[in-house]
Amino acid sequence: MNILIFSLILLAGAYVAGLLGSLTGLGGGVVVIPLLTLVFHVDIRYAIGAALLASIANSSGAASAYIKEGITNVRLGMFLEIATTLGAVGGALIAVFTPTNTIAVLFGVVLIFSALMTVRKKHEHALQEGSRLSYVLKLNGSYPTPQGEVSYKLQNIGGGFSIMLLAGVLSGLLGIGSGALKVLAMDSAMKIPFKVSTTTSNFMIGVTAAASAVVYLQRGYIDPGIAFPVVLGVLGGAFTGARLLTVMNPKTLRYIFCAAISFVALEMIYNGLHHQF
Amino acid sequence: MKLIKTLTGDRDIALLVGQVLRTGVITASAIAFVGGIFYLAKHGADSIPDYGTFTGEGKEYTTFSGIFHGLTTFKPSAIIQFGALVLLATPILRICFSLIGFAVEKDRMYVVITLVVLGIILFSMFGGLKI
Repeated sequence: MNILIFSLILLAGAYVAGLLGSLTGLGGGVVVIPLLTLVFHVDIRYAIGAALLASIANSSGAASAYIKEGITNVRLGMFLEIATTLGAVGGALIAVFTPTNTIAVLFGVVLIFSALMTVRKKHEHALQEGSRLSYVLKLNGSYPTPQGEVSYKLQNIGGGFSIMLLAGVLSGLLGIGSGALKVLAMDSAMKIPFKVSTTTSNFMIGVTAAASAVVYLQRGYIDPGIAFPVVLGVLGGAFTGARLLTVMNPKTLRYIFCAAISFVALEMIYNGLHHQF
Repeated sequence: MKLIKTLTGDRDIALLVGQVLRTGVITASAIAFVGGIFYLAKHGADSIPDYGTFTGEGKEYTTFSGIFHGLTTFKPSAIIQFGALVLLATPILRICFSLIGFAVEKDRMYVVITLVVLGIILFSMFGGLKI
């Protein structure tokens, strides 16, 4: 196989990963890592470097649309980015000292958790009374719904901030957006409406990934030959996915994909435990 | 009245931030696409490098000076890597625009919060974290 064929297959694979990531809500970066390591036998460090770039592209592209609709809570995103960037830089630093097999196993676990998170029940809560800190930090807001503007308030800011720190560490260590953990922090801990959680999480992923990606770039994890087909493919797939989502509700599809991805995650864990990375 | 005013101010910044993100991603992908075409034209027939073993990229792809030097000599891989740099710069630029936005609104608390985030990222860029 020569470089041309390899790049074209990789481009097609990354396109499918971006499409799946978009339809399941997992993000293309997460799906592209097992593709690169299990199918193409690329070293997981190159895979992480390329996936981080794909996450930035994905998040930034989608975020611009959500901001326009006025759903994203920009202040909240900014405040929580303190936690995620701090965690991401820390995670990228720990990554050098972490064996690749451990990273693969951890990746598999996080992937299964993320898949579970996307299929669980969503709460559309909107608290009317927030905690004291939510007023001090001006984090309460409102968002448009078909029934008009709905205002919401936040609680348990400290708890949410701590989970964000962990999300940042995992993002830096594994090269993923860890959107599922971000949504968990906002949805379960701070009781933010689901729609606001997902869009604000997406908004934050770009900055979180950039914080660790600069470390990875300097360490030589980002290979141009892998990066360009992966970034272009994932971005194209995510674009198609976003289009498809407006005309269909892929509920059943989402269950099937999440089950399939859990199997892939198990294979990552199995291979990691048997030192295949 | 005051509430309405802050809301519209927020909207303007938000729209600007959205614009920065979109422009950044489109520019970065276009650069990576052009670089990729040149890369394939030049190296397409070569056999694949051994990606299974990690060797890490050399200075020409990991430092500003290396990438820019590669650009001046029209090296395809350097063009792709430059696209990666633009992509990395996009969220960082987004933070800078948020900073300006909060400063215009005279929201001192959020100017500080934004500066902290920017500081963390710049620290990881220039803090000599290359081990």
